[in-house]
Amino acid sequence: MYPTTYHKPASLSDAAAALSASDEAMVLAGGQTLLPTMKQRLASPSALVDIRAIPELRGITVSGATVTIGAATTHAEVAGHQGVQQTIPALACLAAGIGDPAVRHMGTIGGSVANNDPAADYPAAVLGLGATVVTSTREIAADDFFEGMFATALEEGEIITAIRFEAPKRAAYMKFRNPASRYAIVGVFVAETAAGVRVAVTGAGADGVFRHSGMEEALSASFAPEAVDGCEVGEGDMAADIHASAPYRAHLVKVMARRAVAGAV
Amino acid sequence: MTKVTMTVNGKAQTRDVPDTTLLSDFLREELRLTGTHVGCDTSQCGACVVHVDGRAVKACTALAVALDGAEVTTIEGVAQGKELHPMQVAFNDHHGLQCGFCTPGMIMTGIDMVERYKASGLPLTEEAIRHELEGNICRCTGYHNIVRAIEDAAQKMQAAPAAAAE
Repeated sequence: MYPTTYHKPASLSDAAAALSASDEAMVLAGGQTLLPTMKQRLASPSALVDIRAIPELRGITVSGATVTIGAATTHAEVAGHQGVQQTIPALACLAAGIGDPAVRHMGTIGGSVANNDPAADYPAAVLGLGATVVTSTREIAADDFFEGMFATALEEGEIITAIRFEAPKRAAYMKFRNPASRYAIVGVFVAETAAGVRVAVTGAGADGVFRHSGMEEALSASFAPEAVDGCEVGEGDMAADIHASAPYRAHLVKVMARRAVAGAV
Repeated sequence: MTKVTMTVNGKAQTRDVPDTTLLSDFLREELRLTGTHVGCDTSQCGACVVHVDGRAVKACTALAVALDGAEVTTIEGVAQGKELHPMQVAFNDHHGLQCGFCTPGMIMTGIDMVERYKASGLPLTEEAIRHELEGNICRCTGYHNIVRAIEDAAQKMQAAPAAAAE
């Protein structure tokens, strides 16, 4: 990889200072995507600001129906947390299916959400549950956060500090995964929330994670797997690559959605 | 260059390394602990799995400078003197390797999964072992004997006190 300078600030203000002190600085949260990308010389941050030593960015608090997860909390910690398992089982289950055990020991929720990989799992949960992204400067609703593949509403120097979830009535995430990378070829998160049914799709969209309003309307009328059958998933909006064609992805979106509805708890 | 100190297999090690040094390079090039293998160098194959503060991680996907102060266990550190770790014995007994390249990562992943399931009280079934091995690739064995070895070692490690190898 290209040379870089590593920083490990102990406070959020020091992290913000380190980020602004270098032109092309990037946050290092778990490094399970960023480091491989740097090794391939597809990223060349002038500085790496490691946020894992900032105490308030770590850990999970469950207060009634609200689950707040610090940005530097690992996938394994989310998957194994009793409070998450009981309050939002679909979220714990999703975290347990990211990558592999070694990746889950290092990768973090903040890193995944900030990167917004079009095939990542967490963006589907954040959008599907209508979560709130808490940053060093403000709070951003999930609907306003994701702006297309690898693009988010984060400003330069803005750091995600936590993700706040409200427990849905029921939810599930179903993923058709690439067996080699374990990324979603198609992943669908279905949630029946206080504000209605939300359906978020990852892996499939040509422009990253998205909500499917047709399925949301159908499932609001009848929360049953069959309700998905009459919905239209546009092939033109789908990604196509060596792993799956656009028509195949469009088909899988409905299959995964049906399974998610059937499995929602 | 940054000064990094970690405890590797119980011994404090300090080196001045560039900030871009991967843990796998730190172990192999600086400490000459070449049991940690680098297969793909793209975070897929798991040959480089070591334990950092008791958790299995891919050494090719971690920076040495980020692990200042960490406790690291590599394949060289799991045996007690000449007495092999039960996981190593089981891989031998069940012929859980052919070329052996993936074996250090398999064994470190195997020990990690057994310890985690032991701590959580969940049963480590054959299905669970196969699921847990998703991040470790073997191109020789077809995995059957690796799964059998981990099943066998898990039984033997159940009897032993937790985290004996850490």
